[in-house]
Amino acid sequence: MDVKKYIASGILELYVAGILSEEQNLEIHGYAQKYPEIKAEIEAIEASILVISEKSSPGLAKNSFKKVKSRVGKVVSIQTKEIKTTPWTSYLGWAASIIFAVGLIWMYLENDKLKSEIEITSGEKQTLEEQILDIRGEVTDKNNILNQLRDKNVTVVSLGGQTISPTSFAKAYWNKEQQKVFIDAQGLPEPPPGFTYQVWSLKLNPLTPTSVGLLDDFMNNENRVFELPNANETEAFGITLEPEGGSKSPTLEQLYTLGAITT
Amino acid sequence: MELELLIQKFQNKEVSAFEKLYAMYSENIYGVINTIIRNPERAQEICQDVFVKIWEKSESYNSSKGRFFTWLLNIARNAAIDEVRSKSHKQQKKNLSTEYFVGILEGSEDLEGKMDTIGLKNLLINLKEKCVQIISLLYFQGFTQKEAAEELDIPIGTVKTRNRSCISQIRENMNI
Repeated sequence: MDVKKYIASGILELYVAGILSEEQNLEIHGYAQKYPEIKAEIEAIEASILVISEKSSPGLAKNSFKKVKSRVGKVVSIQTKEIKTTPWTSYLGWAASIIFAVGLIWMYLENDKLKSEIEITSGEKQTLEEQILDIRGEVTDKNNILNQLRDKNVTVVSLGGQTISPTSFAKAYWNKEQQKVFIDAQGLPEPPPGFTYQVWSLKLNPLTPTSVGLLDDFMNNENRVFELPNANETEAFGITLEPEGGSKSPTLEQLYTLGAITT
Repeated sequence: MELELLIQKFQNKEVSAFEKLYAMYSENIYGVINTIIRNPERAQEICQDVFVKIWEKSESYNSSKGRFFTWLLNIARNAAIDEVRSKSHKQQKKNLSTEYFVGILEGSEDLEGKMDTIGLKNLLINLKEKCVQIISLLYFQGFTQKEAAEELDIPIGTVKTRNRSCISQIRENMNI
């Protein structure tokens, strides 16, 4: 490259003026590092511009740098202040959002708890309603029983305890017209497993027993009042303990209660 | 080499380096700004702004992009032109500032005494008005070659050569 010709082209003057493209600036920077003459020429051009521009100045005050320095200082201190305040506000923001989030979670959990409590309560309510219905049903049942027992056609027979179980007792409410008998077995002990009570209608002369029925499902009948059909000309009722399913004739050794009809 | 070191320290935010650079270039920058806006008081404020700005943006300077003074000159010119535009006197100023610059240089006998031994008059020996105009446009106002050619009504190639010969004349005068 012809350095002298390059210098003479006047491009370096434009370089110092700062009006060339970025590529040209980069290129000349490279040449300046490669060719000392080019670097020296650039510096000489710059020096002349420095003189000219200096001469054009009306003259700055001697301590003019102080103002710049104070502004620079301010800028720096403002920046540090900003740095100090920024985390403050951001922490505050974070704290607020954390508190908010915790509050939100708490509210959610609380809501959930309340929801499940409502579910439990409504479940309980349903259970209670069912119990009320059950009780109403029971009351109706009991009223029915009571009404049946109060019927004027009912004959009441007390059945007393026998040798095998002297403390046992029972009552028979026999409605002859309707041909049914209610046995109140409240005074009988719980039958052992595999056994059941059997009710007999007795004719006394001669002693003829006829099975009236079984007191099945003894333990689950809370009232211990059993309704059985009885079309017999009964003179006495007896209750024996028999193997499950009942027997054809009563086992007299297992006669728990017995009562004759008094007319 | 010394200048490069100074610039490096300046970019590392050493205030002492900043102060040295300010001492080296503040009058030049003030002169350039005042030439464009023609208001010495306002020019001082803008000159301050420019130095505050270069301190804040010191990392944006890179020697591969040009001379440090050129970088400074560009920022100062832009700040001054922004000022002129804000006053919406742009067109008027462009036309007048060459004359103004010429006026400053020619009518500065009183400045001569205050300044260093190289008097302004010495610099202006043999310096034609054409030279003052082209230097004003290219260095003080940041005109591109094309804009300067249009402004002076000369071929674009002439801008570069004329400018070269004008700068050479000043350099010769400096050595007197």
